[in-house]
Amino acid sequence: MTMRSEDSVLDHYQAMELAVSALLIDKGYFSAADMEAEIDAMAKRTPDIGAAVVAQAWTDSDFKARLLADGTAACESIGLDMGPTRLVVVESTETVHNVIVCTLCSCFPRMLMGIPPDWYKSVNYRSRVVREPRMVLKEFGTEPSADVEVRVHDNTADMRYLVLPKRPASTDGMSREELAKLVTRDSMIGVKIVEAP
Amino acid sequence: MANAGRMHHDMGGRDAGPVDRGGHSHPEWEKRVDALMMLLSNSKRRVIGVDELRRGIEELGAENYSKMTYYERWVSSITHNLLEKGIISSDELGRKMAEVEDTARAAGDRG
Amino acid sequence: MVRFVPGDNVTVRRAFPPGHVRTPYYIRGKSGHIAQVLDSFANPEELAFGRDGLPKRPLYRVRFAQSRVWSDYSGSAGDTIDVELYEHWLESEENT
Repeated sequence: MTMRSEDSVLDHYQAMELAVSALLIDKGYFSAADMEAEIDAMAKRTPDIGAAVVAQAWTDSDFKARLLADGTAACESIGLDMGPTRLVVVESTETVHNVIVCTLCSCFPRMLMGIPPDWYKSVNYRSRVVREPRMVLKEFGTEPSADVEVRVHDNTADMRYLVLPKRPASTDGMSREELAKLVTRDSMIGVKIVEAP
Repeated sequence: MANAGRMHHDMGGRDAGPVDRGGHSHPEWEKRVDALMMLLSNSKRRVIGVDELRRGIEELGAENYSKMTYYERWVSSITHNLLEKGIISSDELGRKMAEVEDTARAAGDRG
Repeated sequence: MVRFVPGDNVTVRRAFPPGHVRTPYYIRGKSGHIAQVLDSFANPEELAFGRDGLPKRPLYRVRFAQSRVWSDYSGSAGDTIDVELYEHWLESEENT
């Protein structure tokens, strides 16, 4: 059985994880190779995947319509592995600015974005963004105007949410790849907008 | 009484401070906890459901929830669930934990 | 068979049971409208205890005016919050 190298000093929880994993491997619940494969698969899931989806939606109106109607089906139709994810894509526009949170835990569209950032899982974000979203957005440097509806989505159940950010003006003629580079993880969570180049 | 019946993890709307936007790079053991959770809950195995894992975290109680890090909470919940289901026993877990600690200590002494 | 359709005015039941509940505390007793009817899913309150959570329950996205959720809401009057809620937590607003 191979294990990746560890820090030489283990704390209680690190020891617990190693022991649990070793026992489960011994009992045949999964193999060490399964764990390596899962870690590698997780490493490949980055916000670049979501950014490519956004760029495609910006440049392909049929795809965008399908994405907004059924996020999972649309992503699968372009070859993405969505696993068990049931995706809802919410479009930010001139009149609505969307922002995502999971107040109860840390639900996040991992298949498109990887693991959520620490702040998304933090007590302060989860507590405040539902009640004072504009103040939280301002901490991120985002200030929708007063006549824009700020809509918070609390991920309380089975769906996962991705913001389709507003495409910035002055990006006409950019290729899909160039557009994808503008799309950040934080803009797909909704705490930032996509900046023009 | 305000917030009677509110569980600690159910924190939407509570007063809280500024959002710390800093992150941290994930050490190996945290990635392993994530992988462990995925492997146990995926549709192929369904050893522990994600709802059971969440409940396990919620049952840690307010003080533990606050003191423990995100991944410490997850590994605790995974472990408690495995114990509850009789998939592992405390006895074998304790022995294996001592064994991995001894191995790590020996590696540290050599290195 | 789902009870509600988009546009229906609903109120979240004011109940505070222990257990694994996915209806956030802050939304209980609040009124909004159905924004979207989602699929039906096994009940997480039961799945959390190793039971099968069947029969599946319809899940909805319910939209609330922030000013109706927080008495001290300081954003814009048009701001909203969408919460995913299971049918058994919702009542028709007229009945409450």
